[in-house]
Amino acid sequence: MTEMKVAAEPGVPQILTEREFEAPRELLFRAFTEPDLLTQWLGPRQYTMKVDRFDLRDGGTYRYLHIGDDGTEHAFHGVFHGEATLDGIVQTFEYEGWAGHVSLDTVTFEERDGTTVVRTNSVFQSVEDRDGMVQSGMADGMTEGYDRLEELLNTTLKSRH
Amino acid sequence: MLAAEAELDRVFGALADPTRRAILTRLAEGEATVAQLTAPFTVSQPAISRHLKVLERAGLISRTRRATARLSHLEAEPLKEAVVWLAGYREYWEESYDRLDQLLVDLQRTETDRSPFPDPGSDPTGRSTS
Repeated sequence: MTEMKVAAEPGVPQILTEREFEAPRELLFRAFTEPDLLTQWLGPRQYTMKVDRFDLRDGGTYRYLHIGDDGTEHAFHGVFHGEATLDGIVQTFEYEGWAGHVSLDTVTFEERDGTTVVRTNSVFQSVEDRDGMVQSGMADGMTEGYDRLEELLNTTLKSRH
Repeated sequence: MLAAEAELDRVFGALADPTRRAILTRLAEGEATVAQLTAPFTVSQPAISRHLKVLERAGLISRTRRATARLSHLEAEPLKEAVVWLAGYREYWEESYDRLDQLLVDLQRTETDRSPFPDPGSDPTGRSTS
């Protein structure tokens, strides 16, 4: 299993990820852009994904939901910018549970020797927004404040168990 | 917005500030008065009080009065909820991508099945692909 690389530099409102797949990039592009394929892989296994709308045109909008067994819904929406091609897809992204914190996401597909490297680049409105989205899930690039917060969370959560 | 989401929003907002995070770190060691919380900072006591109000509204701390002093305590529950969501980013993508691996295997198998050409290993023309 290949490992996903994640980079989030302190002080920069951006997250970069990289992951390799054993498939040609045409297939990766389809998996990212065809709703009936997207719903088969995006999101945690215990959630059912439902696509509300998915208009893959310049200025087209999308909205999808992850629905839990207990009916809990997490919805996300945004707008596609420019034409989505094998070279990349550009879109805005917003979690409706944290409205107003919008990121600009780019995904690219680079094929080499039959494998495809998928890279994502998410740019947030502020470092706080970025950290809000990634805190404690991220191995690298923690800010000092968040390092302290993580320690705090570890101690408080442990002490309450 | 659902009540739970509004609450989460307040928690995120409260955690976005470094001074408030430092206050929480201090409170993890035990309850403290406003004066005690102000000591390590260059900001004024009223400014710390405003930060405490934000933390209290987010449910991250509670405040009680003892004699003339007002004591702040850390409340762990909302933090837990925030962490459950926040910890998700890496996990979300790792799990999604693992599922995508499987889908790609399935898709490639289906494409091979549908192909009018058999796979190179059983090329009926006998030509070698190597």
